[in-house]
Amino acid sequence: MARVQLRQIAMARSGDKGNTVNIALFAPSDDVYEDLAREVTPERVKAHFHGLIEGEVVRYLLPRLRAMNFVCREALGGGGSATLRMDNLGKCYASNLMRLEIEIGDDSG
Amino acid sequence: MKTIRIGAGQGFYGDSIMPAVETAKRGNVQYLCFDSLAELTLAILQKDRRRDPAKGYASDIARQMKELLPIAHANGIRIITNAGGMNPAGALREVKRVAQELGLRGLKLAVVTGDDVKSELDAFRDQGAALAHLEDGSDIASIRERIVFANAYLGSKPLVEALRLGADVVITGRVTDSALFLAPYIYEFDIGPKDWHRLAQGVLMGHLLECSGQAAGGNFSGDWQSVAELENIGFPIAEIQEDGAFTLTKTEETGGLVSVDTVREQLLYEIHDPFAYVTPDVVLNVTEVQLEELGTNRVRVTGARGTKRPDTFKIVMGYSDGWLGQAIWGYSWPDALAKARTADRIIRKQIEQAGLQFDEIRTDFIGYNSLHGALAAQPTEEPNEIYVRLAARTNSREDAAKLGRLVPPLMLSGPPAMGAFLGMMKPRELLGMWSCLVPRELVERGVQVTLTEV
Repeated sequence: MARVQLRQIAMARSGDKGNTVNIALFAPSDDVYEDLAREVTPERVKAHFHGLIEGEVVRYLLPRLRAMNFVCREALGGGGSATLRMDNLGKCYASNLMRLEIEIGDDSG
Repeated sequence: MKTIRIGAGQGFYGDSIMPAVETAKRGNVQYLCFDSLAELTLAILQKDRRRDPAKGYASDIARQMKELLPIAHANGIRIITNAGGMNPAGALREVKRVAQELGLRGLKLAVVTGDDVKSELDAFRDQGAALAHLEDGSDIASIRERIVFANAYLGSKPLVEALRLGADVVITGRVTDSALFLAPYIYEFDIGPKDWHRLAQGVLMGHLLECSGQAAGGNFSGDWQSVAELENIGFPIAEIQEDGAFTLTKTEETGGLVSVDTVREQLLYEIHDPFAYVTPDVVLNVTEVQLEELGTNRVRVTGARGTKRPDTFKIVMGYSDGWLGQAIWGYSWPDALAKARTADRIIRKQIEQAGLQFDEIRTDFIGYNSLHGALAAQPTEEPNEIYVRLAARTNSREDAAKLGRLVPPLMLSGPPAMGAFLGMMKPRELLGMWSCLVPRELVERGVQVTLTEV
């Protein structure tokens, strides 16, 4: 097992809808996808974004696309046109997620 | 086999016009579709319309049409745009004016109205629509008096009707973004209203095109530095065939990248439940979608599944939610962050001393944590410069304006080496968003398609 930051192994894009942000996370291979599915749980994402996401985080798995989608409620301080935040459209959430460190299997590096 | 080519023209109000011109010239498309309305655009356009009732549409439509109409006319390209925003009739007037200035004759312009339901809200309630908040079920009473706009997300139906009437240009207000692109597919292949899987493919095609550059290497989180010529990015073009299978591509002369990776990043963009992405035309399931790279900048997309469309339309309302006061100024090395933090403390104390009432005060240190918030790691090296951004929310426009006035004295009486005070920023009205569902028939009876000829 090795410890890596998500930025080394994954891609992600995020966007807004009302006060909700979604972050889609993508793996380059099936092995990495399994690692992501095991390690990047909704609980970890919620904890990682402590102070930014106030509501629940729901995760959807899409193995065929080697993707997963995190839907994060109450994540924009009221939403694009009501928030005081500078990342008012949530586009930086994806890169923020890339800071997360996870354990990956030896086959995934 | 018949194939139609549909080009992405714009992904939001203010997007670049040149990629659409490039596609019109060299893209061999039959349709160019412009999504001018990001989620908060109606809030911006409504503010315009309150200042001047003749405005309220995406005002870049005039410049767009001036560039595009002659090419579209010559190449037989039909244009579909939601640039009508809060005032489709105003947008029509602009397009007419431009067409006349260009000396174009025989142009058919269609306008779709009925998405603006602000004046219908009480009637909707009387007929049983609760207008409760879609996310948390809360009662609309708390914001009823503060609503400044209310628009339904219409589906593709009136757009298809406009195309059947022979419209060369279709102007709408709020419709689902994907409907702009789905409509020509339905029209060209006469797709039935319950042909769920094909409708799902059409919605997915629209979803991939609606954010312009994002499916063609823009905002790409992968190896973004290797994406060619972003300054000359080509917007995506879909080649769709009767069964709904489509290939995403772009013109060869442009920069950007259409690959499995850039396409799948866009595939889930602003989608919540990938098993059930609800649109007025069909509920889309993208979990079985297959992406296949056919060659350079060519990705084939299949496997979208659809189920029955909902019996409701989504309505999004904007309501007044106070005022934002804001100020931004910078400090130089050394100790830039310490200076910025001290300045923040000074201003906050002065806010207290002045008795200003703010519901929320927020400080961002630009260059350190303004985009990453609490996640930002303490800088390990001293930054060369840090900007302070102070923002406050209040119900009073006057109080919002007072925030900025506290800052200039810091020049002479605050921490050393302050630069770039960006002036007193004008207070900005904050608009809250309220989403709810309303029975389809209540909305549909108000929808109209009007055709005029230039």
